[in-house]
Amino acid sequence: MEWLSAHPGLFLEAVGDHLLLSLTGLAIGVALALPLGILVAHRPRLAEAAIILAGVLRTVPSLAVLAALLPLLGVGFTPSVIALALLALPPVLVNTVIGIQGADRAALDAARGLGMTGWQRAFRVELPLAAPLIFAGLRVAAVQVVSAAALATFIGGGGLGDLVTQGLALLDTGRMLVGAIAIALLALGTEALLGMLERHLAARVRGA
Amino acid sequence: MIAIEDLSKRWPGADRAAVEGVSLTVPEGTSCALIGPSGSGKTTVLRMVNRLVEPSSGAIRIGGEDALRMDAVTLRRRIGYVIQEVGLFPHWSVADNVATVPRLLRWDAARVTRRVEEVLALVGLDPARFATRRPHQLSGGERQRIGVARALAGDPPVLLMDEPFGAVDPVQRGKLQEEVLRLLRQLRKTVLLVTHDVAEAVRLGDAVALLRDGRLVQHAPAAEVLARPADGFAAEFLGADRVLLRLSLFPLEAVPARPEPAPGPPLPEGATLRDALAALLDTGRSAAPLPGGGSLALADLLAFAGTPNPPAG
Repeated sequence: MEWLSAHPGLFLEAVGDHLLLSLTGLAIGVALALPLGILVAHRPRLAEAAIILAGVLRTVPSLAVLAALLPLLGVGFTPSVIALALLALPPVLVNTVIGIQGADRAALDAARGLGMTGWQRAFRVELPLAAPLIFAGLRVAAVQVVSAAALATFIGGGGLGDLVTQGLALLDTGRMLVGAIAIALLALGTEALLGMLERHLAARVRGA
Repeated sequence: MIAIEDLSKRWPGADRAAVEGVSLTVPEGTSCALIGPSGSGKTTVLRMVNRLVEPSSGAIRIGGEDALRMDAVTLRRRIGYVIQEVGLFPHWSVADNVATVPRLLRWDAARVTRRVEEVLALVGLDPARFATRRPHQLSGGERQRIGVARALAGDPPVLLMDEPFGAVDPVQRGKLQEEVLRLLRQLRKTVLLVTHDVAEAVRLGDAVALLRDGRLVQHAPAAEVLARPADGFAAEFLGADRVLLRLSLFPLEAVPARPEPAPGPPLPEGATLRDALAALLDTGRSAAPLPGGGSLALADLLAFAGTPNPPAG
């Protein structure tokens, strides 16, 4: 806490960097996963392949991804963001596919029979019905990304992880703890906030 | 009018056609019930009419227009569609559900609102109470009514119904059938419906079309099909109680009344011949008084039931 009151600027900068890293990574991951999921959901073989791919991606430890990207992309912000995007991809992809596949089939049949076009069906019925599950995927991805962004420090990506590594290197327990606790709180906060939004959304769609 | 000509559907890889050479016409303002065992192709026939299934060959004309040449989406917006599971959109209010087709047709907002209220009232639901509700807040019967309202909202001349009352309990089903039947007659809709329930078929269908293995076995007015099944399969499918079912299609006036009075309470107004038979069996008498005076004799009723081609009631 002493460290925090002595270096509020450094701390806020680290938080800012951390959030920027996380949000950019998450945004790119979602921007890839969502269209991909929509694209493959109606093609059973591709959908299966996508889910397997997501499973593989999910099993690879974040640190390994970072290390693997190091020789390819060097150090800094960009490779960190790419690694985080790869981390965000699987949960959103899987939940998009499952959400769309699980959308009320009778409602979709009715939508088609009443004369909705493919796009109208997708945007007015299918995606809204899949939304709670997609959002759940987003929540999982966000929490993972916020936690994993702490590792970006190892390839010079910045963020709160910097405080932890610096604290360890300088034997500055205060700095290390501030970093560690902030990361944990950020992850918990993300989970709590998105979890709340998710329940709200589910209630709106399904009418709980 | 719906005119189906030599309609066939062969699914790729299937060893026999799902539907083979079916021809039938549903005249303007009448209804036809497709019946048959599962796998007989009745639902496939229905789904070809609004092109949810593309026919392999044959022709479909709706109100004189070639349905197979029209854009499928435009075609569907002109055809009401009701399915067993109803398929209401769970994330929309009742009003939004009912407004689906009018909005697809780009009616202006005021007209959509008016129409939603109108059709909700038609299916017996108070718009003030139901418009803002969500599907999960409705009973099964109410959901089915909303399904019918949604199908009617765009004022389509033609309605397709696939097991429309399959998901409601028997007590409600009878009431719903009766109301919807009255409504469709009143609106002069042309209706093609699928059911596996013979009683529902003859109650809702002016004509009945019996299918087996994708082929049309018999297509005739309901009373005619019940009186003279085309073959052994038809007789078996229609059931041994088809005679009773047929009696339920005729009013008391179908049998000539006898002038002499009979003892006991008179038959209720609007009763069918089946009700009359039940009353006679119940009282053990050979005649029952008619509500308008005179009586109905058991002997006459038996003669009528045995007549293969009775005078129209």
